[in-house]
Amino acid sequence: MLNYDLVIIGGGPAGMAAAVSAKDSGIDSILILERDDKLGGILNQCIHNGFGLHHFKEELTGPEYAQRYIDMVKERGIEYRLDCMVLEISPERLITATNKKDGIFQVQAGAIVLAMGCRERTRGSLNIPGYRPAGIYTAGTAQKLVNIDGLMPGKRIVVLGSGDVGLIMARRMTLEGAEVLAVAEIMPKSGGLQRNIVQCLNDFGIPLLLSTTVVDIQGKERVEGVTLAKVDEKLKPIPGTETHYDCDCLLLSTGLIPENELTRNMGAEIDRKTRGPVVTKEFETTIPGVFAAGNVVSVHGLVDDVSKEALIAGKAAAEYIKARA
Amino acid sequence: METTFLTCIMCPIGCNLKVEHEGKNVISVTGNTCPRGKVYGTNEIGNPMRVVTSSVLVEGSKNGSVLVSCKTAGDIPKAKIKDAALALKGVKVKAPVHIGDVLVRNVADTGVDIIATRNVE
Ligand SMILES: Cc1cc2nc3c(=O)[nH]c(=O)nc-3n(C[C@H](O)[C@H](O)[C@H](O)COP(=O)(O)OP(=O)(O)OC[C@H]3O[C@@H](n4cnc5c(N)ncnc54)[C@H](O)[C@@H]3O)c2cc1C
Ligand code: SF4
Repeated sequence: MLNYDLVIIGGGPAGMAAAVSAKDSGIDSILILERDDKLGGILNQCIHNGFGLHHFKEELTGPEYAQRYIDMVKERGIEYRLDCMVLEISPERLITATNKKDGIFQVQAGAIVLAMGCRERTRGSLNIPGYRPAGIYTAGTAQKLVNIDGLMPGKRIVVLGSGDVGLIMARRMTLEGAEVLAVAEIMPKSGGLQRNIVQCLNDFGIPLLLSTTVVDIQGKERVEGVTLAKVDEKLKPIPGTETHYDCDCLLLSTGLIPENELTRNMGAEIDRKTRGPVVTKEFETTIPGVFAAGNVVSVHGLVDDVSKEALIAGKAAAEYIKARA
Repeated sequence: METTFLTCIMCPIGCNLKVEHEGKNVISVTGNTCPRGKVYGTNEIGNPMRVVTSSVLVEGSKNGSVLVSCKTAGDIPKAKIKDAALALKGVKVKAPVHIGDVLVRNVADTGVDIIATRNVE
């Protein structure tokens, strides 16, 4: 069994900043566990700009912001393991993880920072019966396909939900030559940032249809079209308002929720509103020695805030460790 | 004098800007929290500018052919966004590529280069 003073779960901006801060507070035995094949988290696929204006006083893209922290982690010689999925954490801070090279292994941690980020909401976003033909993707999956793998999920696209990932992908796919026919939002107001409505939809003349949802998907093997309809105040489709769109791809973008499977199973108290763990000012959860930072606590719009919060969490974890040494 | 209300798009805070101007001549920008907002508000009235981000193919990396994310090294006119994106279609570069390396010079005749935003070894 491995033994580290501090183990950080997740190597996104929150995890890296927490590691850097703990190291700078005098903790040397630190391990970051990351399930992806690189550090950086969601920033790797967010190739658009608008990161770091506040933290670094420079306008960076996601990968550039990530690289700043990757460099800091490497400069400090902080250990990390990639392709490494954390399966379970006990309240006594025994971590069970797996990767291809080592199989299942365990790590005992003196303190933990949870930095697992968030995931896309999928359940309930598509409340219609019938087939699920190929060509339906969450916006985040499409983002990974286009930006990391270089694959286009479709040529004529309708987006359901106006979450930020969907808005950003509407622009991205337009620039890649696809035609984005409409973004349909069931609520009377978009859940995305005004900034993204301006630069991702308005700049390209893509209509944002509010109080509108998908009522039918055509095609058995592959999406051939969708039908959109207006909804009333109870979010029920209004008969007679249907409009048909010929398309080969439907993207779902109905928002993000903190990724807290591990946190919940550990027995940490979860805040019903944020869907993240209840934390103190120092970002300690209800389990002593277990801290949390970034999107795992609540969904942040600004990565600069994630870094700031994680610096506090990393320092607090270091203090916790030092107090027990 | 005219008044135009805008949302600053330079960062996710999205400050509400109030721009007072006569035609394209900007007199004042208010509502911005940081200096970037003033620049944005001023440009948006006279000559809207955008940074374009995309990706191009890198050959010969340690993982074979992969994408490298990239951006315009500075703002380009909004009207040129699509031309710039189109100009990147089919572009291939050789590994290694580092953040800041120029991948395409003077994209779509904007006078602005396309630079890498990721390291590919
Ligand atoms: C579409 C989109 C656009 C955005 N645009 C902007 C913007 O323009 N400007 C800005 O400032 N911010 C923006 N943000 C916000 C910013 O990207 C996030 O707030 C930030 O990346 C969150 O960092 P994090 O470290 O908390 O989470 P993440 O980056 O999600 O990192 C979490 C990491 O944990 C890993 N992980 C999860 N579970 C496990 C496990 N069980 N075992 C091992 N590893 C695990 C994941 O693989 C991931 O690498 C945007 C976010 C999104 C989604
Ligand atoms: S004015 Fe500054 S803080 Fe406000 S949205 Fe623009 S860049 Fe962000």
